[in-house]
Amino acid sequence: MKAVLLLGALLVVTALTATADERRSGRDTMSPALRALQADDGQHPAQLALALGQDLWRTGAKSCASCHGDPERLRGVATHYPAWDRGLINLPGRIQRCRVQHQGQPAWAPEAEGLLALTALVAQQSRGLPLQPPAGPELDVAARRGQRLFNTRLGALNLSCAQCHDERAGLRLGGSLIPQGHVDDYPIFRLEWQSLGSLQRRLRGCLSGVRATVWDWNSAELLALETYLARRSAGMSTQAPGVRP
Amino acid sequence: MRSTRAVIVLPAAIQAGEPFEVRATVAHAMETGYRNDDAGTRLPRDLVRRFECRLDGELMFAADLFPAVSANPYVAFWMRLSQPGELSFVWRGDAGFEHRELRRITLS
Repeated sequence: MKAVLLLGALLVVTALTATADERRSGRDTMSPALRALQADDGQHPAQLALALGQDLWRTGAKSCASCHGDPERLRGVATHYPAWDRGLINLPGRIQRCRVQHQGQPAWAPEAEGLLALTALVAQQSRGLPLQPPAGPELDVAARRGQRLFNTRLGALNLSCAQCHDERAGLRLGGSLIPQGHVDDYPIFRLEWQSLGSLQRRLRGCLSGVRATVWDWNSAELLALETYLARRSAGMSTQAPGVRP
Repeated sequence: MRSTRAVIVLPAAIQAGEPFEVRATVAHAMETGYRNDDAGTRLPRDLVRRFECRLDGELMFAADLFPAVSANPYVAFWMRLSQPGELSFVWRGDAGFEHRELRRITLS
């Protein structure tokens, strides 16, 4: 009996460590050329966006710099999102709220060039740090909802996120590798888009890919899914902004 | 709209007589003039036509750019300097587009 229990415990431990070891950032499954592109700041395709972010950071009487100082002072900030502050909020949402409430400027459209540039600039400061999404009762509820959505079959193709990114990660869809769907490098410069894009853009692309109703920008569904995904990738180190095919 | 942006990447230290790589990219749509917008109207051609890099006025490198060149054109080239100076980078194009960058080069 004892031996069986021990064996069972051993199996559980092995299973747990195996799962932990199997997590791979999309960065590590890309081609060597793309990995080199992301690793070299002199060739990084987001460098113009980062330069725009630096410009915007110091623009205006109530600039970002007037409160936060240099962008370097925000090291680590990007790893603590999505957070709960009078509602679920992700990093672009926080920048947007700062812009409207403290700078008195009109809100940006989703995926506006300036919003992505500032998000990338802030995320860049946390390079090398592990993702540490915060805990809290509301966030736990959102993460559970996000997990349910992750496992829910959607759309005309009747596919869930999990069926590709958990069960078939590492296989191919058409010619492309299916990544495990980790969120460690957002915002990403996707070569297919030829621009920076947020996690929500990526998720909305997947939704339309399985021919499901595409959730609105910053909808409760997208934010819940983001919350779950951040926890799913917790502890993985960020190298934002990422480069993806 | 805000001013144009360009990113120029030079090695941290440059030795006299040693070749080094210069990388330059400028934010520009490079609209070919062959595309239509969603309403079907032709998008007017808007290209960067020429890129020049000069050391104290002397031409070091130049490139003519054409519609097949991607947006945000990226140019990388090598040069070798025997004395310090000021590198000027100029992009010129349609509709009076012009963007200049200066980089002072000190040799170590």
